[in-house]
Amino acid sequence: MAKPKCKELIINRDWCKGCGICIHFCPTNVLEMDDEDKSVAMRIEDCICCKLCELRCPDLAIDVVAEPKEKETEN
Amino acid sequence: MEDKNYIRERFFPHIWCPGCGHGIVLNNLLRAIEQLKLKKNEIVMTSGIGCSSRISGYVDFHTLHTIHGRALAFATGVKLSRPELKLIVPMGDGDALAIGGNHFIHAARRNIDITAIIMNNRIYGMTGGQFSPLSGYGTRATTAPYTNIDHDFDVVELAKAAGASFVARTTTYHVKEMADILKQAILHKGFSAVEVMSQCPTYFGRKNRLGDAVDMMEHYKNSTVRVGSKKIEKNPDLIERGVFVEKESPEYCSEYDKIIQKAMGTSA
Ligand SMILES: Cc1ncc(C[n+]2csc(CCOP(=O)(O)OP(=O)(O)O)c2C)c(N)n1
Ligand code: SF4
Ligand code: SF4
Ligand code: SF4
Repeated sequence: MAKPKCKELIINRDWCKGCGICIHFCPTNVLEMDDEDKSVAMRIEDCICCKLCELRCPDLAIDVVAEPKEKETEN
Repeated sequence: MEDKNYIRERFFPHIWCPGCGHGIVLNNLLRAIEQLKLKKNEIVMTSGIGCSSRISGYVDFHTLHTIHGRALAFATGVKLSRPELKLIVPMGDGDALAIGGNHFIHAARRNIDITAIIMNNRIYGMTGGQFSPLSGYGTRATTAPYTNIDHDFDVVELAKAAGASFVARTTTYHVKEMADILKQAILHKGFSAVEVMSQCPTYFGRKNRLGDAVDMMEHYKNSTVRVGSKKIEKNPDLIERGVFVEKESPEYCSEYDKIIQKAMGTSA
């Protein structure tokens, strides 16, 4: 079975308060703080789609969108 | 966020400080409710006063934002009149166990089917960092600049002794565990007390030099263990997490129904 991959990591910049929880606890170091104190996904290719950042964000600011499990191969 | 349908988006970004654990409780409570596929109409949340109690303003269920310490009394009234609804009562440690301590022990004793979530940040966040009955001996607070001489309650032991039929503890670091425990607590028929250790970096963290929200969550990771873990034999200071009590015992509304039947002369 293929490892789950992240299609998109949406961070709501209006809701993020720059606490750094998502950045610190990400197991593969995907996220970084930008100079406006907002979290950004710098290395999305390393994301293992564990969603821990999304679950631990106190501001409900993160949405990890997983790649659909089975890609449609027809047509 | 998975399901924005459960929140009142117009009130976001919420009022809590950066890194406040209460937001993580909200996040994972919503996930528990979503996983249980509960309808918004089936849930009533009552809360008192405190940073933690403000959670009821953000969820799109039936909500009652009431008075400090009395959320369980309001919940008891709602539950007795509409026992088919699910009652969820988030409380701060002050709200639940200082001013509301009496309501807490008696709701547990009656075993009324309510889920109480004690968001324990060990301080009065909303009013500026006064110590609470959960701060503990030797901690610092605005009102204990030379350290606190009050000993703290153990929420789990207190709930157990008072008769709660579901008792558990978790932390804002252990988010999957939190959602699992909240699901079990909501499904449990009887009084459920769930303590969630929740960081207040602004007051408890700052006054006790515990660092920022990240440091405080690292501390939850390192200072707690799953209930029954052998690690506690070597280090008795570790705090246990998990489900401590899950038992069947007569539930208050069901018992009350029986009394009505008896009084009406309709019981078998
Ligand atoms: C009857 C009454 N007494 C006192 C207060 C002041 N007050 C508001 S919130 C609060 C304590 C908040 O602490 P806690 O319940 O632990 O919640 P937190 O803010 O830490 O989440 C107090 C004493 C009040 N609002 N009403
Ligand atoms: S956890 Fe949430 S609020 Fe904190 S930095 Fe990350 S996205 Fe922002
Ligand atoms: S889903 Fe997991 S791996 Fe991906 S950014 Fe979030 S915490 Fe990191
Ligand atoms: S004062 Fe403490 S409990 Fe209140 S919002 Fe700020 S961090 Fe949270």
